[in-house]
Amino acid sequence: MKPLGVLVIVLLLAATVASAVGVVYARQQSRILFGELVRLTHERDDLNTEFGRLELEQATWAEPNRIEQVARGQLGMVSPGPADTVVVKR
Amino acid sequence: MTVRPPPRALQFAGALPARAKPRVHRANTRARLYLVLMILALASTALIVRALDLQVVRKDFYQEQGDARFLREMPIPVSRGTIFDRNGEPLAVSTPVESIWANPQQLLDQPDRLPELAAALGVDASSLQQKLEQHRDKEFVYLKRQLNPDAAAEILKLGIAGVSSQREYRRYYPSGEVLAHILGVTNVDDHGQEGLELSFDEWLAGTPGSERVIRDNKGHTVEDVELLREPKPGRDLTLSIDRRIQYLAYRELKSAIIEHHAMSGSMVVLDVQTGEVLAMVNQPSFNPNAHGGSDQSYRRNRAMTDVVEPGSTIKAFTISTALESGKWTLKSHVDTNPGSYQIGNWTIHDVHNHGLLDLTGVITKSSNIGAAKIAETLSRDSLYDMLRRFGFGESTGSGFPGESPGLLPIASAWGPVEKATIAYGYGLNVTPLQLAQAYAALANDGRMRAPTFVRDAHNPDNAIIDPEIAHTVVRMLETVVQPGGTAYPQAVVANYLVGGKTGTARMAHAGIYQNKYVSTFVGFVPASAPRLVGVVVIHDAQGRYYGGDVSAPVFARVMDGALRILDVPPDNVQHWFAGGPHVPVPAPAATEATNDDAAEEVP
Repeated sequence: MKPLGVLVIVLLLAATVASAVGVVYARQQSRILFGELVRLTHERDDLNTEFGRLELEQATWAEPNRIEQVARGQLGMVSPGPADTVVVKR
Repeated sequence: MTVRPPPRALQFAGALPARAKPRVHRANTRARLYLVLMILALASTALIVRALDLQVVRKDFYQEQGDARFLREMPIPVSRGTIFDRNGEPLAVSTPVESIWANPQQLLDQPDRLPELAAALGVDASSLQQKLEQHRDKEFVYLKRQLNPDAAAEILKLGIAGVSSQREYRRYYPSGEVLAHILGVTNVDDHGQEGLELSFDEWLAGTPGSERVIRDNKGHTVEDVELLREPKPGRDLTLSIDRRIQYLAYRELKSAIIEHHAMSGSMVVLDVQTGEVLAMVNQPSFNPNAHGGSDQSYRRNRAMTDVVEPGSTIKAFTISTALESGKWTLKSHVDTNPGSYQIGNWTIHDVHNHGLLDLTGVITKSSNIGAAKIAETLSRDSLYDMLRRFGFGESTGSGFPGESPGLLPIASAWGPVEKATIAYGYGLNVTPLQLAQAYAALANDGRMRAPTFVRDAHNPDNAIIDPEIAHTVVRMLETVVQPGGTAYPQAVVANYLVGGKTGTARMAHAGIYQNKYVSTFVGFVPASAPRLVGVVVIHDAQGRYYGGDVSAPVFARVMDGALRILDVPPDNVQHWFAGGPHVPVPAPAATEATNDDAAEEVP
């Protein structure tokens, strides 16, 4: 009976130490993962901003006024008159 | 950390008697021992009490004090949602910018670096000094807001302690003044101030999040600890606007304003079947990308906030009332001889004497006398009710900030003269959008739909008049753009059947009518199965001022482009007309002969 009691106490002690180490480990993991999360979130945000910037740039280039000036002025394009249009019946 | 009383001391005390010499000072030794023991016990009790006090009783206070020295809550800024047009083209985009801020106390401690910083910021060194002195008791002051991120990085590279940057978002409008009135603007803090930016502010804005970080004494973030509140970015908004049609309307309206030396103008294009606003432009306009600067009057969305007297365009609803009353049919005639007509002591004029007209003729020739005589046979309540059903005197419910409901005097206040003048469009005020909405209802089989700025919005319609009457009036309106009508050939769109109505009204200022005119044209295409309704209102055109001369050509040019953009099939494919002028130019001789559109004055 007595050796068994000692064993139980030793086991409990070991379990306590193990769980303590576990807590430390889990906590460290959570910090690392949170850091990773923040990094990825920033990366996502940066990509989003970059996308927004490109979108803005695209919209500025595709501004109808500019398109019209380039098409009419530099490229000499005209919109087709009715004579040049064939209406296809659906 | 507290130190527990060392148990070794007790053992040492206990071991003492064994080493003490017997007999000699025995009692004395024992007394000393107890004394020492008591002191030690007291000391350790004091330690334990202190430890308990620190670790248990006042734990929260100390924890907080400790955290406050390195933990910080940092806001996570979110970007405002993008506004797209109906085809996914971005119209308003938020991009990140950096704002440079400083801790004045910290910065004032290093005066030798101020000139360097001032040069980098592009400001005067003494004014920078003054600004810092003013905010001496603060820990935060903006030095320069909304800088390009690259420019901000340059300033931070100087490495001056107490200078930091903060991310903010700035709104850009790639379409500039073409869409300025509809979109409105945001202020420097990214909150909507005008237009749709204001009405949809809550939807677009999003909620900033916050996180807890560990920072060192220089303010650098060492580690992110936890997320306190998830940031919710603003949601995107897709408008009903078609950027291409919007641009067409902008270009044509602007050139017409310049050509006629007019004061201002508006144009609205609605989709008949859905009530969606496809285009809405005003002149003069402003550049929304430049903060401040422009005249306040340039910023008004005149198509919704300003009212006009609709003039002859209201005759379509007088005729609708006449048809609904059953007293008038298509075959009824009204005698407009001799070109003037007296009601009480008020005389109504037509531009020419049109003689005997049928109902269609009243619309085609835009006869004021015809409209007034027809109104005489109708009850004022029936006319009032018809105008109310078409949405006059009531906000359209579009949700746009500052929208005017117009003004329709209550029927019980109408005398015979008021009834007559309202029948041809004086004595009531409408917004250009209301006019577009009313004509859209006529063109949509008499089914009314509130105009909307959002694509695919749930937008139920309800029948306001008998579809038969609506069809009849639409047929009448087609004659306006046919030979003999007031908008022929200015409103003609090649290969499409157009229905519409001109209107010319004198402008009133402070209750007095002036020699200035509002030129209006409202129409729909293709008339056999209407898709688009357009309203053009131009104020104070110099020279020719009839709606048919000033506004109808704008309508025709915009619709010509819009129909092609939207791939609307022509009314009659078999009769595709390949010859002739692409965009009809009004011949001055024909204009003289056909413009009978009447401008009138009310008492």
